[in-house]
Amino acid sequence: MNARMKPAASAWQAVIGLEIHAQLSTASKLFSGASTAYGAEPNTQTALLDCAMPGTLPVPNREAVRKAIQFGLAIDATIAPQSVFARKNYFYPDLPKGYQISQYELPVVGAGRLRVRVDDGRVIEVEIQRAHLEEDAGKSVHDAFHAETGIDLNRAGTPLLEIVSAPVLHSAAEAVAYMRTVHTLVRWLGICDGNMQEGSFRCDCNVSVRRGSDAPLGTRTEIKNVNSFRFVEKAIEYEIERQIRALENGEAIVQETRLYDPARHQTRSMRSKESADDYRYFPDPDLPPLVIAAADIARERDALPELPQARRERYVAQLGLPEADADQLCADRATADYFEAVLAVLPGQAKLCANWVLGEVAASLNEAGIEIAAAPVSAAALAQLLARLREGSISGKIAKDVFAAMWAGEGSADAIIEARGLRQISDSGALAAAIAAVLAEHPSQVADYRGGNEKLLQFFVGQAMKRTRGQANPQQLNELLRRALAG
Amino acid sequence: MRFGALQRRAKFGRSRFLNVCFHMSLDHAAVRHIARLARLAVADDQLESLRSDLQRVLHLFDDLAAANVDNLVPLAHPHDQALSLRDDVVSEIDRSAELLALAAASQGGYYLVPKVIE
Amino acid sequence: MSAASIAALAAELAAGRRSARELAEDALLRAERGAALNSFIRIDADGARAAANAVDAQRAAGAAPSQLSGIPFAHKDIFCTRGVATTCGSRMLRDFVPPYDAQVVERLASAGAVSIGKTNMDEFAMGSSNENSAYGAVANPWDTARVPGGSSGGSAAAVAAGIVPFATGTDTGGSIRQPAAFCGVTGLKPTYGRVSRHGMIAYASSLDCAGVLARSAADCAVVFDAIAGFDPRDATSVARPAEATLALLDQPLAGLRIGVAREYFGSGVQAGVGERVHAALAELERLGAVLVDISLANAHHAIAAYYVIAPAEASSNLARYDGVRYGHRTAQARSLDELYSLSRAEGFGSEVQRRILVGTYALSAGYYDAYYLRAQKVRRLIANDFAAAFAEVDLIAGPTAPTTAFRLGEKAGDALAMYAADVNTVAVNLAGLPAISVPAGLADGLPVGLQLIAPAFAEARMLNAAHQLQQATDWHLQEPAA
Repeated sequence: MNARMKPAASAWQAVIGLEIHAQLSTASKLFSGASTAYGAEPNTQTALLDCAMPGTLPVPNREAVRKAIQFGLAIDATIAPQSVFARKNYFYPDLPKGYQISQYELPVVGAGRLRVRVDDGRVIEVEIQRAHLEEDAGKSVHDAFHAETGIDLNRAGTPLLEIVSAPVLHSAAEAVAYMRTVHTLVRWLGICDGNMQEGSFRCDCNVSVRRGSDAPLGTRTEIKNVNSFRFVEKAIEYEIERQIRALENGEAIVQETRLYDPARHQTRSMRSKESADDYRYFPDPDLPPLVIAAADIARERDALPELPQARRERYVAQLGLPEADADQLCADRATADYFEAVLAVLPGQAKLCANWVLGEVAASLNEAGIEIAAAPVSAAALAQLLARLREGSISGKIAKDVFAAMWAGEGSADAIIEARGLRQISDSGALAAAIAAVLAEHPSQVADYRGGNEKLLQFFVGQAMKRTRGQANPQQLNELLRRALAG
Repeated sequence: MRFGALQRRAKFGRSRFLNVCFHMSLDHAAVRHIARLARLAVADDQLESLRSDLQRVLHLFDDLAAANVDNLVPLAHPHDQALSLRDDVVSEIDRSAELLALAAASQGGYYLVPKVIE
Repeated sequence: MSAASIAALAAELAAGRRSARELAEDALLRAERGAALNSFIRIDADGARAAANAVDAQRAAGAAPSQLSGIPFAHKDIFCTRGVATTCGSRMLRDFVPPYDAQVVERLASAGAVSIGKTNMDEFAMGSSNENSAYGAVANPWDTARVPGGSSGGSAAAVAAGIVPFATGTDTGGSIRQPAAFCGVTGLKPTYGRVSRHGMIAYASSLDCAGVLARSAADCAVVFDAIAGFDPRDATSVARPAEATLALLDQPLAGLRIGVAREYFGSGVQAGVGERVHAALAELERLGAVLVDISLANAHHAIAAYYVIAPAEASSNLARYDGVRYGHRTAQARSLDELYSLSRAEGFGSEVQRRILVGTYALSAGYYDAYYLRAQKVRRLIANDFAAAFAEVDLIAGPTAPTTAFRLGEKAGDALAMYAADVNTVAVNLAGLPAISVPAGLADGLPVGLQLIAPAFAEARMLNAAHQLQQATDWHLQEPAA
């Protein structure tokens, strides 16, 4: 949809590839036993290795390897039976050893693919070239010290999974949809918390344009470290536009690294960055090859949860949910699990359960600013409420009130219905009495109605509802009212 | 095409050919470039003696060209051993005071370097 | 007493004739007297006394002493010692006090051995003469106008001069064996991965080995047994259990096949060296060994391969020395670039700088395949040669070095000539094999070393052969004039 911001004489095609860095949610770092917890005081989570003390050596974290394997299996990729850690050599203060331990020619995860639903309804299959393990760098603090930069190595050594897509995305929308899909997946698998504010999920975007899909690839620029879906979209849109405009003006695109400036909504060239650093990759002599046995892969495969794509399809095909509902429920695993827990109590009521999870529950979560795992109303509690609704004990409107009360901590659905006397009135005698009272109070409206003004039925319904404090069973009330009015 | 072949692109227009010539004559620009990659300051008056020293060592490497290495797998680790892994357990305590004390310049818990502009 | 073996000293201690404290004081005194050799960078008298006192207290309390408890020794200044400055022979780490102990340090401390200090070495283990130290050259006790060899020159000199009965060392291209040969002591380089590198400051990670210099193969065996074994903190450490070598020293040599590679006896070998080595081989034959002619056809490629691989790995290992978190920091930096390039230019000596530059070049874009990768293939070739030879023989023998100790300053200006001194030793590191240098007598008054190379993990066999030779001869007992 947004491949071109404005029409041009010849059709330009944008070519985009994303490199996503997902911080793996292990307790300790990739090569040392220091903690990966976010938010600690500077330099309090550094093992000697993380400070690059002379004589220290890396030993890889088993759990990081497992998480990488899980991701690989989830994207149908080959898991390399032997992969190699390599050193990427460059100097920067947040890189204490003067090299980053990464993977180069032989990554742990090979080529795979991911089906992505773009917001215009199309489904595209995105090829992922590879995913590899590497360690994160520390952090620089530029503005806290006069004329100096402060270095915090807490983050140095945290495990990252770098996920590299092929350059097969052709619009900002496709890129964001892909990024969202990967984001959902890594959270779904429980390998990354996806917290972009904390830097657990970062994206580098490679962008180029060419005149038509058969033209040779244009020069690409790299937009580094974009950490929100919105910024990725804006940055890519801006960059595509910038490149097209430059090329149409006869200028060449410089291969360079750029940063997205959210304040000005534009990308700009990184100053003082050397032209293409020579990283002098070579296999790390401190680390023999990582061997992954077929048995290990099989065990991880068996332990994989039902993936979001498969669940989504099951919801549509077997539960009959609309695709939009299935999409939303499967946006994260906790929500889908919650939904299924409710459904387990109310088999056959998929739509009802979906409506409530995506409706009242979602709205309440949003308002409270919490995740579903912290919801004060459990799936079981909601299921009880919906059961009462289904059996007619309460009306839909009352059910919403009860839900609000449950959310506020007043107790279970049954307790609240009991305590507030909210049971729906379906007793025809009680209803008849209420109707009789209403008709007696409004004789002119009765006459009007009997005179042909059938719209007044709603008026009587409203009055009767008020009289019964909203607890009248609406269908019964309606039927009895008509009869009563018919005379 | 091998992934990351871009990283292998020769920096200063030198040969990418693998088996024709094993070293070019090193000129001063090359020495400066390598010194820059290695972050070693080289004074102008040292440049020539360093260049000729390095050139002599590089001559040594001509010998490699004569070896018959067809079909040989590079030997990176002397023994055929697989990587042993570590359990995911936090085993380190906070030693920040002790470690920061080893640095020549630190403040407020941070290591200090001259300001970096990004 | 100065030339006493570990076993003799242990007997003295066990019999109560000497205390650990007395042994320590003797060693400290000898170190002081031998100060002109400059074999130590740092003497840790307080630490030695405290450790010795602790050993004596344990003995008094009835604790069973181990082979090494109370034995004074020294650590090459490449092993991190907690609380004691560790310089690696460099200005870069002049005041660096490590916050932890190396595995080798831990093992020897828990065995009760008493370190009296840190020995001098070529800076960052790069050198073959100990002339590349920021703390001055070391003199060879046999002729103080000559080098002791390197990079473990301080350790070799300290043992040769009888200051301590043993010292730790490291060997990346011959740095234990060659100084052992030049100084007339026994030097053991274990199989790669047999001794943990945790806490051993890295030079070339795939080649570095920790080992020991002592006055005999038997003493080397005692120390080796204490330091060998798997360490989960070193991913290149081998899990295979280490068999105790001490128990196997006395096997007879009958039928032991010893390969003699013609490539080790080429024209570069000094006449006197060749004679002594042949005499040693003849002795081994008399003991029952069978000498077999073999060829290590690619031996001549070893120097080139080594001098690509080692500097390449070193260029990366030494990138951490940048003045930020420890070590030397320039006072002059006006920018980050200057912080790095000046700290490093000021902190590193010229040989280290040269090797960093060579290594950077060998890994750089356009040269990686031709240099580094090719050198790793040549390495495979050399390893294959050894493997083929070991199908025919049990050990391989030859001169440790082509010459006896050269004069101080003789090769200092000529890097290539210096490198050529390693020709017999580097191939062993490339293949990751164990080797030992044992004294084989004197040529023109200077020690000559016989090198024995064994298959991977066959230290026991090698020590056995060396020990048998030392039972039948007294070359290892010869001492320089006081």
